[in-house]
Amino acid sequence: MSLWHSLLMSLPFEWAQYDFMGLALLAVLLVSPVLALLGCLVINNQMAFFSEAMGHSALTGLALGALLGLADPTVTIVGFAVLLALAMFLMRRISAVPTDTSIALVMAFVVALGVVLLSRGGGFAKYSRYLIGDILTITPGELGWLAGLSGVVVCAWVFFFNAFFMVSLNRSLAASRGLPAAVLEAVFSVLVAVVVAVSIPWVGLLVINSMLILPAATARNLARNTRWYVLGAVLVSLFSGFLGLVSSYYWNTATGATIVLWACGFFTVSLVVRKR
Amino acid sequence: MRSCGDCCIRLVDFGVRLQGQPVLEQINLHMHCGELTSLIGPNGAGKTSLLRSMVGEIAHSGTLRFIHQGNVETKTPLRIGYVPQKLELDRTSPTTVLDLFAGALSRWPLWAGTRKAVRAEALAKLELVGGESLLDRRISEISAGQLQRVLLALALAPVPDLLLLDEPVAALDQGGMERFYQTVSRMRTEYDLSILLVSHDLTSAAQFADRMILLNRTILCDGPPREVLLSPLIRQAFGFGFTEQEIAERRPAFKELEHEQCDFPMRRAP
Repeated sequence: MSLWHSLLMSLPFEWAQYDFMGLALLAVLLVSPVLALLGCLVINNQMAFFSEAMGHSALTGLALGALLGLADPTVTIVGFAVLLALAMFLMRRISAVPTDTSIALVMAFVVALGVVLLSRGGGFAKYSRYLIGDILTITPGELGWLAGLSGVVVCAWVFFFNAFFMVSLNRSLAASRGLPAAVLEAVFSVLVAVVVAVSIPWVGLLVINSMLILPAATARNLARNTRWYVLGAVLVSLFSGFLGLVSSYYWNTATGATIVLWACGFFTVSLVVRKR
Repeated sequence: MRSCGDCCIRLVDFGVRLQGQPVLEQINLHMHCGELTSLIGPNGAGKTSLLRSMVGEIAHSGTLRFIHQGNVETKTPLRIGYVPQKLELDRTSPTTVLDLFAGALSRWPLWAGTRKAVRAEALAKLELVGGESLLDRRISEISAGQLQRVLLALALAPVPDLLLLDEPVAALDQGGMERFYQTVSRMRTEYDLSILLVSHDLTSAAQFADRMILLNRTILCDGPPREVLLSPLIRQAFGFGFTEQEIAERRPAFKELEHEQCDFPMRRAP
């Protein structure tokens, strides 16, 4: 860690002289590509709306943590998101209600419930950190957790990417190839839920889904095959993460949203390039 | 006729329940290798559920067995090739034909590149259906007919014991449909495959099938296509039937197929 800081400090930039910026940069370089990796398959699975709901469920998870008097509500945020992901997975399988309608219902419910619980006594303002995120306050310990989670996702992408990919194309086709389609779908939903929930304090629940979707959507416009789709998404996320962090320092703006604006810029460029 | 007769696929007391409701009951079925069976039935008859349970996507009761020569049951699980009606892809999808093969045949993650062996295998299977030139094309930019041929080639890698096709020609035009059925027919003889084909288009399917099964929750009728189409059960299930003449007019096309494998003039019933 001290090596990282001294490396940064040797750079001739003002932002690189602060420890918190060094930690934030590491966090951004960990979180952005992991969200981008997930995003590729989220788009393939047409689950963008599902991941949005996962982000919004953090409000209720946060409220449960507050009710239980937890100092760090991460456990309840992650726990609630996972429960919700599994519940929605089951709903998709057994209910005749169209998926987008059921997600909209669930999302309305978890947002309302979270806001009602958190606003009791007029104390909602102190939770606004979770809405916009604050990556500059990350500690080395928290960074360790993020690194562990990133490791899990990268391992899943090394060993099971093709399996997830086949299920996203056609469940029956995947099953005919001996893949446990339902299990893989459930695992993928839970993975998205956990990564989104863990990232929310740093990225902010209002913009987390954009960080998931935008890099992949950008790469999708340009990629000629799946390989460049995934690698392109990771590249776009790293660039927008880095540029977003540094520009938020100079503009004195919320980092998560600034990163998303850069990603929007890249997406627009990719649209123009695609049209030509 | 073409069947080796030595091996068969046997469904015994096969049934499927979805959300507690029985959708298929008491399915007892033998399929021999080299035999193309066409599965027909009205909407909601359970055709797709039958395929989904056979590939193992949804649970079933009863047994599905592959029996080798001399009534020896194999220890290895039945290898099933499945040709879906469509893939869940949108127009912007970067997925290529090669991605499809690599994703199915190899555990090496797609984003880390494709092994040479996988590429060669994909190319070899595509050659069987005349689709070599499609290898590096994106699936979203090839035609419906080309995609069906690609999916057929994929189902043949590796060569399965049983090939299941779910309304493979629904999105194709007349010419594309005929070419597709011809290719499937050729595969049946070449690899001595058991083929089960779900079809909406009753008469076209009949021309290529050795056998036809009318399904509505259970097997209502099972026999040569001509007999099944003439059965009064057809009118009960679909609300319309066929006359002897209508089917007879299709015989020449059927005959020609036996000798000439491609580009024959297909005669349509009025």
